[in-house]
Amino acid sequence: MSLVEEVQPRRLPVGSVGHHATGWWAMLCGIVTEGALFGYLLFSYYYSAMQPHTELWPPELPHLSLALPNTIVLLVSSGAIWFGERGAKRGNASEELLGTAAAIILGIIFVTVQFFEWHNKPFSIQSSAYGSLYFTITGFHMAHVMVGLLILLAILIWCWRGYFGPHRHAYVSIAAIYWHFIDIVWLAVFFTIYVTPYLTGRS
Amino acid sequence: MTEIEYDRVPKVAEASGRPELSARLRSFWESKPGLYGWLATVDHKTLGIRYIVTAFVFLGLGGIEALIMRIQLAQPNEHVLTPEEYNQLFTMHGITMILWYALPILTGFSVYLQPLLLGCRDMALPRLNAFTYWVFLFSGIFLYTSFLIGAAPDAGWFNYVPLASIEQDPGPNIDFYAMANIFLGISTTLGGVNFIVTILRFRAPGMSINRLPIMSWGTLTISVASVLSIPAVSLAFFLLWMDRHFGTHFFDPATGGQPLLWQHLFWLWGHPWVYIIVLPALSMVSQALPVCCRRPLVGYSLVALATVLTMVLGFGVWLHHMFATGLPTMALAFFSAVSLVIAIPSAVSLFAWLATIWTGRPDFTTAFYFFAGFIIVFVIGGVSGFMTASVPVDWQLTDTYFVVAHIHYVLIGWNLFAVLGALYHWFPKMSGRMLDETLGKISFWFVFIGFNVGFFPMHISGLLGMPRRIYTYSPEMGWSTLNLITSIGSFVLAIGLLITLVNVVRSLRVGRIAGPNPWDADTLEWSTSSPPPPYNFAVIPTVASRSPLWEARLGEPQRSQPERGFVLDHGKETLGTTMLDAVPDVIVKMPEDSLVPLLLSLALAALFTTMMLEAWWWLAASAIAILVITVAWLWPRQSLGEIEGSTP
Ligand code: HEM
Repeated sequence: MSLVEEVQPRRLPVGSVGHHATGWWAMLCGIVTEGALFGYLLFSYYYSAMQPHTELWPPELPHLSLALPNTIVLLVSSGAIWFGERGAKRGNASEELLGTAAAIILGIIFVTVQFFEWHNKPFSIQSSAYGSLYFTITGFHMAHVMVGLLILLAILIWCWRGYFGPHRHAYVSIAAIYWHFIDIVWLAVFFTIYVTPYLTGRS
Repeated sequence: MTEIEYDRVPKVAEASGRPELSARLRSFWESKPGLYGWLATVDHKTLGIRYIVTAFVFLGLGGIEALIMRIQLAQPNEHVLTPEEYNQLFTMHGITMILWYALPILTGFSVYLQPLLLGCRDMALPRLNAFTYWVFLFSGIFLYTSFLIGAAPDAGWFNYVPLASIEQDPGPNIDFYAMANIFLGISTTLGGVNFIVTILRFRAPGMSINRLPIMSWGTLTISVASVLSIPAVSLAFFLLWMDRHFGTHFFDPATGGQPLLWQHLFWLWGHPWVYIIVLPALSMVSQALPVCCRRPLVGYSLVALATVLTMVLGFGVWLHHMFATGLPTMALAFFSAVSLVIAIPSAVSLFAWLATIWTGRPDFTTAFYFFAGFIIVFVIGGVSGFMTASVPVDWQLTDTYFVVAHIHYVLIGWNLFAVLGALYHWFPKMSGRMLDETLGKISFWFVFIGFNVGFFPMHISGLLGMPRRIYTYSPEMGWSTLNLITSIGSFVLAIGLLITLVNVVRSLRVGRIAGPNPWDADTLEWSTSSPPPPYNFAVIPTVASRSPLWEARLGEPQRSQPERGFVLDHGKETLGTTMLDAVPDVIVKMPEDSLVPLLLSLALAALFTTMMLEAWWWLAASAIAILVITVAWLWPRQSLGEIEGSTP
């Protein structure tokens, strides 16, 4: 049936609509390339960890007291933006605003806690290969969170101006999927840096 | 306030005999004359030609660097160049050719041809298309400013640490390469995204994935590969820059860093890249050669599959560049095997071309000459590559002129020959005029003979032990005659290229008028005028086979309808279709011309320049400029169908 013998006139959506939108597809491709970037970052970490080195790897077992709750904060923010997106699709402006604003606030909390976490580390980006990798990988993630926050802020302003609704909410979906992506990447980073040393011990 | 249009039933009509439709479409699609239109255009045809011209300029620059090297090496103990100058020249030659010529030239053909092959009116993301062109151009200019201050990159195109570390190479040379590479990577990655979305979502109705033109298979495959692999090299250069200026220890063994990490990251990108810069060229041959042979390509599905498979395997062979670094034997055996296996899909394409020629009735045009020359060189390059895939042979030959010969057989043979053939084939579509066949054939013979005379003897000098990247040699080594022959061949090749350049310039003014389909070819780009109107197709064509213009001739009923389809004329519009079956899915509103892509790429150029100069305040200013311009670019607009509800 898929063979188009003759184009039949039929009703088609016009413009940038949900998952029909070109921007949605472009964002999916963007996520693939960003995912690859983090893949190569983590590859560098594992590769360096497995080679023989003179100092202990990692210099100290990473503390989970800040990192674990912070991970949960980020996961909850994913739920918040999902709620906001659902609001946009249903044409419910207050749900839309509430979800987006909550995601932004949780994101800011994550960034703040992460700064404390960095501050508490006994090593620096210059002190060893481990330090360089630790700060570069978490730094790349942090940069992505910041960009994500700017995107969500733009979405918040646009929502507030009443741009989106049941017919057209591609922008919200695109921003939301990016935010989910940043959260999933954090899980990979968290597992690599915070969990694997407990599984394998320091070497 | 006018009613917002959320959906519509598009009219279906014939294209011909509707001057009022053409005039209306032209008013939406045509760029304004004058400077503004020139800088702001987002038309894929203009941008494609710009890509092609710019890439040929880089070929010229890289070629001049090569010829200077060949003058230096023509005789033993020459003093045209100092050792440092030689280092900068071979490094810049390699970088220019591999990064600023080889892919951009193919991108240029794809940017021009893909929307026409697919039957749509522009690339999926027209402003992004303009942006990636400008970034390509500015990154190249950025790289070449290094010559002006006499500090061009000088550690070879693969830039190994520790040679490229701050201790060994304290000048700005390596930083130019690092910044320019990351800068260009932005263009290539986003260009890949644009191709993926275009090919998956913007095909004419009925062009299901098994009817995709074979050239689109090549572009689609390498676009996916670019998106996956470029982050590796951008990251490698970023980490190197951190090591050089911020005291990190990624590659420094004294503090737990890993020099081999550089090689891994580099070849994780570098080997796929070698396939990325040849596969689209092969697929252009698969697209155009059958037209010369008056029959469809033999084994379409196998060739498409071979293209994808080569790319997949290409990701598995990065380690074969590191056979000489002392890896575990198991790894050596595995990667050696993969490197041998990769020869199989290449052989599939080869036999498909041979069978197409054998069972067709070839027209001996210049394009056909270049494709035939390409096939011969393809075999020689393939065999020498196959040889170095074997570990013991590689240990013997690594870093000799045998490798230099192999690189050039692959890159000139598989890329440049195919590109020249494609130029003779598609120039009439782009310009509306034919290239001169006599000059074309003279050019071919110069290129073919010059190339083989220039590069075949390098295999022998390599076997005789001549190392690559030496700036001179002594007469006792017994390499003098071979090197003289090589240098003479290089100049003959260069003359051949100049003849084609003369041909292009001449034909633009006096060439014979081409008409829509001078080669009597089978795909959609030949169903519209030459050059095509700004909107490509007055109505969106409908496709029912792989050769929509040849159905009657192939003894099938004519079911494709290049001249009848949806009339999309409520503004700048084209059709989006579903990913596999190409069923009409959405009417897409396309953006008009805009200066924003140019401004954003200028701001990016400022960002990279300030990073080079370590001028942090200016860097912050550039970052803010980028932010503001991006918001302006993406601000949702009613005219693009991005918002609903009330807007002031
Ligand atoms: C006019 C044609 C050309 C001539 C005469 C030429 C000549 C040379 C020479 C003399 C070298 C330096 C060998 C050494 O000292 O190790 C070289 C290296 C190289 N060439 Fe070419 N070349 C030509 C075209 C190309 C093209 C079209 C490409 C790629 C698309 C290319 C890619 C390379 C690469 C990648 C290297 C290695 C650079 C390095 O060692 O870092 N060349 N070529």
